[in-house]
Amino acid sequence: MMETLAAALSHYNYVITIFLMMIGLYIVVVRGNMVKKLIGLSIFQTSVYLLYIAPGKIIGGTAPIIDPAFKLYSNPLPHVLILTAIVVGMATLALGLALVVRINEAYGTIEEDEIFERDRET
Amino acid sequence: MSAVWPHLPILQVIIPLFGALLAGFARRAGPAFAIALVVSWLMPLCAGAMLWQVLASGPISYHLGSWAPPWGIEYRVDVLNAFVLVLVSIIGAVIMPFARRSVAFEIEEGQRAWFYCMYLLCLTGLLGITITGDAFNAFVFLEISSLSTYVLIALGRDRRALLAAFQYLIMGTIGATFYVVGVGLLYLVTGSLNMVDIAARLGPTWADNSRAIIAALAFVTVGVSLKLALFPLHVWLPNAYAYAPSWATAFLSATATKVAIYLLVRFLFSIFGVAIDLRGLPVAAIIVALSLAAMFVASLIAVFQSNVSRMLAYSSVAQIGYITLGIGFVNLAGLTGGLVHIVNHALMKAALFLAVGAIFFRVRTVRLSELAGIGRKMPITMAAFTVACFGLVGTPGTSGFISKWYLALGALEKGWWIVVFLIVGSSLIALVYVGRVLELAWLREPSKAIADASDPPLSMLLPLMLLAAATIYFGFDTEWTAGIASMAAKDLLGGLR
Repeated sequence: MMETLAAALSHYNYVITIFLMMIGLYIVVVRGNMVKKLIGLSIFQTSVYLLYIAPGKIIGGTAPIIDPAFKLYSNPLPHVLILTAIVVGMATLALGLALVVRINEAYGTIEEDEIFERDRET
Repeated sequence: MSAVWPHLPILQVIIPLFGALLAGFARRAGPAFAIALVVSWLMPLCAGAMLWQVLASGPISYHLGSWAPPWGIEYRVDVLNAFVLVLVSIIGAVIMPFARRSVAFEIEEGQRAWFYCMYLLCLTGLLGITITGDAFNAFVFLEISSLSTYVLIALGRDRRALLAAFQYLIMGTIGATFYVVGVGLLYLVTGSLNMVDIAARLGPTWADNSRAIIAALAFVTVGVSLKLALFPLHVWLPNAYAYAPSWATAFLSATATKVAIYLLVRFLFSIFGVAIDLRGLPVAAIIVALSLAAMFVASLIAVFQSNVSRMLAYSSVAQIGYITLGIGFVNLAGLTGGLVHIVNHALMKAALFLAVGAIFFRVRTVRLSELAGIGRKMPITMAAFTVACFGLVGTPGTSGFISKWYLALGALEKGWWIVVFLIVGSSLIALVYVGRVLELAWLREPSKAIADASDPPLSMLLPLMLLAAATIYFGFDTEWTAGIASMAAKDLLGGLR
């Protein structure tokens, strides 16, 4: 029990990652409001950024600049990858919000259950 | 020409990407269509040349910016890649002429150029996923194709198209994010993103990191399965296909899910299969079980649909079940069947959705109840539709039969007699839903709604007839489909541990 706890504490970055991931997915599944769904989706994606970036950092390591004074470097690659993923995430969020605006124009609401009701009427 | 030759892999991505930019800048429908047409017709030449090169002299490895793998991004083309590339680009090329009138009919003036722009971006993404040898690069292309697909779907006329696009956006993003999580775990374990390199490094660390590797396998499989609409992760598909513009549906149903299936095959066989004992894990068993469920549940739902597009969409879910069933067998005949069904199903579904698009073009409805007697008014369209339907059921003499034959062989090789009966059984259900439409179309008196319908113009008929002819042709001459599929399958299985 104590060992598991200690392991969890020493890997707190992964614990936070999983926590954010679960919160994000939960919001996406449970909320009917489309903007809230997108917020959940965004949190879910953010957790992945952390999953990549945290292990790239080496304690005591510096930026990867060649210099005789430094021996230990952090890995820059995950940061670069996540830069791409952030752009992708932003594009998804922007497109999602644009769709929500259009849905609001077409249906007059962004609550999922109300939309389904309006579709059933027609 | 000789200067272009070694750079074919990158051109496969660059040409549609720049085409998309040009089409966006063109702003008007006419020039945008012309650009899309030229690009679509160039792509099969490009892909065909690479397939020829691969068949003649083995896999092509292209290093982006001359950075050698595993540090640089590598585009790697082997038989499987080239096969899928040729399929995607040929589908795009064949159905492109259909787009002009169909898009002009269904999409507002100001949005038509954007439609072509989004189609070209989607093509970029799909070809990119297929050609890249870098796991993270595949994610970026996956998102390029997905984001443009959401827009393509949202351009549909009905307001429900917006809702379908939104739901697909949520599901698709969750799927893609799962995929990145899986790739991230693989990167943590191996320190590499190059697919070949991951496969080589994964084996030695298996003993220490088996839990992380299994988690990565699960994340990637589930994420990609969302994209390929494996039952029960298919819920986004029927609405998306039913409300998207007809031409977009035909294109997406033939290519998007197929490319996702390719990605699944690549990960299962070329990465995980090479490094760890895939047969010792229950992955294949789960895939087989879900595929069988897809074949029956989705077919049964299709029987009760009143809208032809929705019926065909559910039938797509069932047909994807056949493909993944073949993958789940993990033997030569089964995998060949799955891969060859990728092609056959793409040809048939493209033909079917084009026919539906042609019907919508003429009579503005695809509700089954209003289509009575349509066969007498639009004989050529419905003849092509009928041929593709027979392919869907798997009648001998059509390409659908070839795929099911290989699948049955694969099942027999495993000693799973019952699965052979299940394949036949689900084909009979397909006969029921297909039969409903055909009976209505050919044997009833024409209804009022379709009184002045007639076959669409030649530019729309020609793609339709070509695809229908291909469905029959590949039922007899299997050298190009089953032959190459079995070569790819042999490669994949040969690498398995």
